[in-house]
Amino acid sequence: MDEQYSFLKQIDPESSNLIKGLQQIQAVEGYVSDDAIRAAAEYFNIPEVEVEGVLSFYAQFKRVKPGKYQICVCDGTACHIKGAPLVHEWLKQELGLDPGETDADGIFSVETVACLGCCSLAPVMSVNGKVYAKLDRKNLKKILKEYAEK
Amino acid sequence: MKIRFLRVGVASCGIAAGADKVFEKLKEKAGDIPVIGVGCLGHCYAEPVVEAVTDSGESILYRDVKGTDEAVDNILALGENNHFVIPEKRKAHELVKVLALAGKVDPTNMDDYIANGGYEGLKKALSLSPEEVVNQVKISGLRGRGGGGFPTGTKWSFLAAKQAEEKILICNADEGDPGAFMDRSLMESVPHQLLEGMLIAAYAMGATKLFIYCRAEYPMAIKHLKIAIEQIYKAQLNVVNGRKLEIIIKEGAGAFVCGEETALIASLEGKRGTPRFRPPFPTDSGYKGYPTMINNVETFGNVPVILREGGEAFAKVGTENSKGTKLFALAGDLKNPGLVEVPMGTTLNEIVFEIGGADRDSVKAVQTGGPSGGCIPVELFDTPVDYDSLKALGAIMGSGGLIVIGKDRCMVETARYFLDFTHRESCGKCTFCRVGTMRMFETLERIVAGKGKESDLDLLEDLGKKIKAGALCGLGQTAPNPVLATLRYYRNEYIDHVKNNRCTARQCNAFVKLAVDKDKCIKCKMCIRTCPVNAIDENFNIDPAACTRCNSCLDVCPKTPFSGRI
Ligand SMILES: Cc1cc2nc3c(=O)[nH]c(=O)nc-3n(C[C@H](O)[C@H](O)[C@H](O)COP(=O)(O)O)c2cc1C
Ligand code: SF4
Ligand code: SF4
Ligand code: FES
Repeated sequence: MDEQYSFLKQIDPESSNLIKGLQQIQAVEGYVSDDAIRAAAEYFNIPEVEVEGVLSFYAQFKRVKPGKYQICVCDGTACHIKGAPLVHEWLKQELGLDPGETDADGIFSVETVACLGCCSLAPVMSVNGKVYAKLDRKNLKKILKEYAEK
Repeated sequence: MKIRFLRVGVASCGIAAGADKVFEKLKEKAGDIPVIGVGCLGHCYAEPVVEAVTDSGESILYRDVKGTDEAVDNILALGENNHFVIPEKRKAHELVKVLALAGKVDPTNMDDYIANGGYEGLKKALSLSPEEVVNQVKISGLRGRGGGGFPTGTKWSFLAAKQAEEKILICNADEGDPGAFMDRSLMESVPHQLLEGMLIAAYAMGATKLFIYCRAEYPMAIKHLKIAIEQIYKAQLNVVNGRKLEIIIKEGAGAFVCGEETALIASLEGKRGTPRFRPPFPTDSGYKGYPTMINNVETFGNVPVILREGGEAFAKVGTENSKGTKLFALAGDLKNPGLVEVPMGTTLNEIVFEIGGADRDSVKAVQTGGPSGGCIPVELFDTPVDYDSLKALGAIMGSGGLIVIGKDRCMVETARYFLDFTHRESCGKCTFCRVGTMRMFETLERIVAGKGKESDLDLLEDLGKKIKAGALCGLGQTAPNPVLATLRYYRNEYIDHVKNNRCTARQCNAFVKLAVDKDKCIKCKMCIRTCPVNAIDENFNIDPAACTRCNSCLDVCPKTPFSGRI
């Protein structure tokens, strides 16, 4: 197996750990590349097509490299009725990105997720896991600016 | 009066509101006063919340606390600003049993949990025979809180009766309903309570291997559970039936259907989370072929309470067929969103208006059960909330998410939103679910875009019934519910869209035009400058074809002279 994926060895190579392995890969690399699929298939002794099948089933897995800052806009029920579509609209205006896209410099990427569990503070989004609540156009701009300057 | 210690709510909801900054600041300035990070008190609308407990044991709450010197000094001096008085009306209806320790104990400190009666239930259980524990749960009348509402004790007796070398116990912490956060709150705030419930269950049924299947979107819940598991290993509390039980956390990977039992098991096995035909039921053949029991987080959360107070006492609360209390996650168009625990049978009126503080004149309906549930119009809000009454109205109890829908929300759009969710989450195994939900979604898209026909309504109804009949699992069987319920109660809104060319709630873009009210306009031109698509010309006319309805112009206008929605 490729050196790059030697971290998989911390996980028991039992087939039920495949999802865990893929999650580990994504945690390290930000997405699951073709090489990573090959490595996982070899390590867990599962045909590549099956790995690909599992991968494509779960919304969590990404097949393309995301930006440095991953913006996840919640479109759960509470956020939806409190304006999640507007949040996407604002992001489109500020960053020119639709859900699923990454900007040319690889700084920001935008995606939609279902419910972050902070519904009472809707609408919310997270940037690299940090949750921002009660979004409006103004504080969204501020948040983006902070990250852009980092 | 002196402060004995301070509690700060630092569950994910608190942190999202800025509680981490408050926590740091308090620690910096509090000197010798202990500052304890606790879970969620349920008052998400008031967050960040800080509780100061004084020498005399009095508790003083502060709301909307900022992480500034000023705000923190105010608390340390027990000042008057930002006092938080829990509304009387809420207190009158609340009955806190399952969440009794949420926001009271440090979730990462087992001793704190034990000092407040934690693991008493387990102790009690171990002093009884396993059969007697199952019996107590039966007597309590507890029904599964994951949505199905199946009597837990009965379910347990199936697995208890099995003879097998391994028996699997799984906690379903997938909480897939987008709009629900009861399970998250429980796991983040009192992780030991879930573990205690699971250990009692393992003892009662002779389970040998324990899993918690938690959605990956809940990193703090996972972190707290991991810490708690380490602690019980150390204290050897996991030794049950003479065996050392291992508790394994598995993270979900973002698929709603994995909340369904057989799909969850497939996912645990590392496969695609596709439901399969039952029988065999998981209690006969589940994870890797072993007999398996799956229960919801809140179900397990109730178990220590039952053991502590006894099944009979537990059954005193609630209605004829729904016992105990229920957690509800309140969100949407109301003043006080958050988490609340009330006895089964509390009416929607009480929950939405008296606890949630929603405005009576502006509420249209409430959605229960998320994408599998239905809406209940405000006229029926005197319905007591329990499994059976909600079912009779074409909605379901679901797991406890309650979304309040205001009068200015379009019900067709709401239904479209849910179908958008379910058609994407369909696992694709059954044709009716896979293709049918897609067709329903497309039809609804057409209607909200102003291209619907009257015959579409019959089409939706017909297709909805067929999907329900032709789907294998609960996802497909319930997916049409939001559409069927809105068609039942708000058919007039559909008719308006397809026949009268208007959106009743004036929400759907296709029917709405923005225009400047030229009498009020002060000609500051803010709107013209702000409009990202240059839809406003120098005479303040808005080109409806160019306007994307982003509402930016409304935001910046100092006079709000937009006559708005037509
Ligand atoms: C599509 C679908 C999604 C579900 N999602 C969940 C969930 O997120 N959490 C949960 O506890 N139960 C969920 N359920 C219900 C479970 O299948 C199961 O009935 C429940 O976990 C049993 O536990 P209980 O008896 O304690 O309620 C879901 C069911 C279906 C059909
Ligand atoms: S009803 Fe839908 S989600 Fe359920 S098994 Fe069939 S296709 Fe999959
Ligand atoms: S709503 Fe947005 S697009 Fe439409 S006129 Fe106003 S600023 Fe322009
Ligand atoms: S709906 Fe957005 S956090 Fe739950």
